[in-house]
Amino acid sequence: MALFEINNVIIQGISAAVPSRKEFNRDFPGLKAEELEKYIGTVGVVERRCAIHDGTLCTSDLCYEAAEKLIEELGWKKEDIGLLVFVSHTQDYKLPATACVLQHRLGLSKETMAFDIPLGCSGFIYGLGVSSSVISSSHIKKALLLVGNTQSVYASPEDRSTSLLFGDAGCCVALEYDETISESMKFHYQTDGGGFESLIVPDGGCRHPFNEQSMVMEEFEEGIRRSRLHEKMDGGSVFTFAFFNVPKSLKSLMSYFDIRQENIDFLLLHQANKYMLESIRKKVKFEGGKVPYNIDRFGNTSGASIPLLMVTELQDQLRTKKLRHLACGFGVGLSLGSTCFSTDHIVVPDLIEVKQNYNR
Amino acid sequence: MEKFIEKFAEAIEREGEIRMEDEFRNYDEWNSLVYLAVVVMMDEEYDTQIEQSEFKKLRTVQDLYNACTNK
Repeated sequence: MALFEINNVIIQGISAAVPSRKEFNRDFPGLKAEELEKYIGTVGVVERRCAIHDGTLCTSDLCYEAAEKLIEELGWKKEDIGLLVFVSHTQDYKLPATACVLQHRLGLSKETMAFDIPLGCSGFIYGLGVSSSVISSSHIKKALLLVGNTQSVYASPEDRSTSLLFGDAGCCVALEYDETISESMKFHYQTDGGGFESLIVPDGGCRHPFNEQSMVMEEFEEGIRRSRLHEKMDGGSVFTFAFFNVPKSLKSLMSYFDIRQENIDFLLLHQANKYMLESIRKKVKFEGGKVPYNIDRFGNTSGASIPLLMVTELQDQLRTKKLRHLACGFGVGLSLGSTCFSTDHIVVPDLIEVKQNYNR
Repeated sequence: MEKFIEKFAEAIEREGEIRMEDEFRNYDEWNSLVYLAVVVMMDEEYDTQIEQSEFKKLRTVQDLYNACTNK
């Protein structure tokens, strides 16, 4: 089993940036008012932050702003940062890695290890595990984990399953090596690649290169039209994957490391869909107050959703208390990761809003 | 079996009659959200986890009931 534990690495701060532009689901023309209310009631998304995808506001821009603000509030010296990990499905270029672009743009030292991890909904958990693991086995003392997506670019405006769900965000997590801390970070990971087509953008990669058919809009069922450059989501299979495996993964993590539920302050779930999260919450028997949500205001922001949730819902508590968190990210891949970690009076800047035409 | 029908009716929010031989996808109430509610009900009430690929093979209410009880 992919279970592991990392010592001597702590989270020093978390920041998040979103586009200032809002989209309101009640404005969606493709559904009748009654259907729309039912959708909003079930999936839980009222409004979302969405960039206009013209190249003037990308994931890297949101992550850059989040990183600059966090470095400033932490009072870190940039030359001390030795690792930059960028976790996203919405990179600036096919190549090079966005992490390299950001190393330069952030003015980090050339003695920086920088790479991308292309994962979505499980991305924060994977990024945290990989970054912490590199720090614990290297001479690197300080690291930036950037997790973000502007995945609303993949949502067909004529596909209610994604266009009412996806929001954009970029987050930064500051990690530091510290020999004095007693508590470890704990992780459990799972993969079911058999479901790789459950969430997929079919064309534009090497398997199905961009061609003259790629942009043709096809109707799949009533209310669902998309091209092969849009993301297809098979909601039912993603739901069953999450509903069956998230509780199992949390259980594996908790029993292997002897973590007791009463010692957990918050269960942070990837903000996939309110109905799904409530079903999972009831199954793992966590009381409502311990499982925060912000999907109503931000939609599903893929890998960014857990750090964004911490900034928007837990900012004061993160700043003023020691907290122990359980978290689980799950989705595209299909990929899943669970973690248990603590935060102790960390730096959490206010949510940053970034305007369009940012990088023109 | 009566309990199953009751729980199933609750999950799909159907007030009309439910017979074991009915093909549940023909019900007016059937849609993708109701499917999720049935998945949750089968897990909660019968500790039965059916992946979507398996679920697609089930046609009648009897098939659902069998999946929950023949383990």
